Amino acid sequence: MNVIEASGLGKRYGSTWALRECTLAIPAGHVAALVGPNGAGKTTLLNMAVGLATPSAGRVTVLGGRPAGSLAALDGIAFVAQDTPMYKNLSAADMLHLTRNLNHRFDQHYAEARLADLGIPLKRKAGRLSGGQQAQLALTLALARHPLLLLLDEPVAMLDPIARHDFMATVLTAMADEGVSVVLSSHVLAELERVADYLIVLSRGQVQVAGEVDDLLASHRMLTGPAGEVARCAGRPVVQLRRGEVQAHMLVRATADNPVPAGWEAHPVGLEELVLAYLREPGAAALPGPTLLRDAEPSGVTQ
Amino acid sequence: MTALSIPARPAEDASLRPVPWRRMGWVTWRQHRFALTGVVVFLGAVAVYVWINGLQLHHAYAAAAACHPATSLACSRLIGEFRVGSFLANGFNLQAVPALIGAFAGAPVLARELETGTFRYAWTQGFGRWRWALAKLVPLAVAVTAAAGAFSALLSWYYQPLFLARNPLTLFPIPSNSLGAGMFDLRGVAFAAWTLAAFAIGALAGMLIRRVVSAMAVTLAAYAGLAFATGLYLRLHYLPPEVARNSFSFFVSDPARPVVVVSQWWTKGGTTVSPSAMNQVINSTFQRMMPVVHSSKEGAVAALKQPTNLHVLHFLTQHGYTQWTSYQQASRFWPIQWIEGGWLFALAVLLMAATVWLVRRRAA
Repeated sequence: MNVIEASGLGKRYGSTWALRECTLAIPAGHVAALVGPNGAGKTTLLNMAVGLATPSAGRVTVLGGRPAGSLAALDGIAFVAQDTPMYKNLSAADMLHLTRNLNHRFDQHYAEARLADLGIPLKRKAGRLSGGQQAQLALTLALARHPLLLLLDEPVAMLDPIARHDFMATVLTAMADEGVSVVLSSHVLAELERVADYLIVLSRGQVQVAGEVDDLLASHRMLTGPAGEVARCAGRPVVQLRRGEVQAHMLVRATADNPVPAGWEAHPVGLEELVLAYLREPGAAALPGPTLLRDAEPSGVTQ
Repeated sequence: MTALSIPARPAEDASLRPVPWRRMGWVTWRQHRFALTGVVVFLGAVAVYVWINGLQLHHAYAAAAACHPATSLACSRLIGEFRVGSFLANGFNLQAVPALIGAFAGAPVLARELETGTFRYAWTQGFGRWRWALAKLVPLAVAVTAAAGAFSALLSWYYQPLFLARNPLTLFPIPSNSLGAGMFDLRGVAFAAWTLAAFAIGALAGMLIRRVVSAMAVTLAAYAGLAFATGLYLRLHYLPPEVARNSFSFFVSDPARPVVVVSQWWTKGGTTVSPSAMNQVINSTFQRMMPVVHSSKEGAVAALKQPTNLHVLHFLTQHGYTQWTSYQQASRFWPIQWIEGGWLFALAVLLMAATVWLVRRRAA
């Protein structure tokens, strides 16, 4: 089952496309990271997946074909929006009550126990909780619904490192214990390395990279060699080339089995390094074809 | 870091049917209890004032009505005491009540969610967003309409003595004004209907404008425009007015058969005379009929011979002018009440349906 499936999805605000020609399928059972610079269309994509925005072009379904925003879709998705908007004048207990009334499933016992664990007083108003506590409360409300899919829009952007760590730990626990699929958008790259096992890179409103993290890492190599001999490596698709006085660094699509030209060294790359290379070369990068799309064109191929 | 594990997910079949409507009851109450309490406290405070004044008014009316003979000095003093409190006298002050309810209870319902971003929480819960909007708007609308209806029942009781067209109270000018802008919409079903419409205007304005304060301002302006248009023109044309020819008695209030004049115009030889031209004719006729005064002694006599309006009008009708008066009988109070209540109710339903439709359609 694909938790999010988009084909030719586009969203236009006025004359600018926030997202265009987005075709992707995020399979269930992953913590998928949606990465991209500000304005790349991450929030737009998530909003359309949860029904808060209607597509200008194409279509998007969730949880194996449920139309985005339909009652069946909303029932299975828990969405934590950017800056975790909450009714500031309601207490944490009221927020639990509210969410319980608005959904089929709500695990009051789990929610209360988790808030107690986090030291969040039930009687305190949501507006008087710290940023980290608000984020944790929002996440608790989302998880207590027992969703099939958890969508998090920039969940840790406003949090300090400890709160960020705790938040992500909660997400991973839920993922491990219950098999919740997670799609989160973030521009905090360092965090992703630890949590994400599926990666989508959005750039200028288009999908640039999509695939499992392990596959992506295995299919990219950093080649280092003499600056004058760059042409010898031209056999592989080059993602990024950095040429110094003496040495050149080249991120290429290649596996460990591919032969390395004489005089060059090949190193595996880290996720952060890989993402940065793609983000720095939004135009030049050819896309590694999303392996999970069988019937669709590889998306994000540059014109 | 929590060590809690989430229990296994319950059966999925529950997701096939929507979350029950009644679950929104607590949500709506919890989120809008201050607005609702505010409406009740506000109306309650005004109601106490109206009630205290109403007791005095009814007492004064009973005393004046029981007084015999009506022309005696004692009776005229009693009649003099029978008057409406200044705040309630013209009825226009209380016209603000529906507008305030619309602005303070109606406009924030959606505008606050959109302004603070909480709609991203509310609209992504399993209940569904258009159902959420409907489940909020309908009970709130019913609540404020019921509160306004109760309040207007009290107002009807308060103003009741003024409309009992009985001697010796004919001096009181209000009975002929029972369809006028001030009194009409405070009584009957109109007040509740106006409150419902104001609430619906507020809800839609909030949805469209997405800012609480701006939505409140627009609600007040839209309500004022609608109320003025209705009071000044629409209301007197729900039913075709009756037309009378040269019926000058309308200038004098007839307590037995009160009417409200819709408009008056003059014709001469089948063509309408413009109001400004007619004014000149009336003025010149008046001048011509004035006796010529030569000395102060004659002046005193001439003052007695001064033509009245009625003289002038009779003179004009004898010289080919015809005065037409269209009017509504005050006895049409209830038909007009139901017409006004009906279209306001339909308008409110339409506006709320539009609001819910927008919630469903709106792209964030």
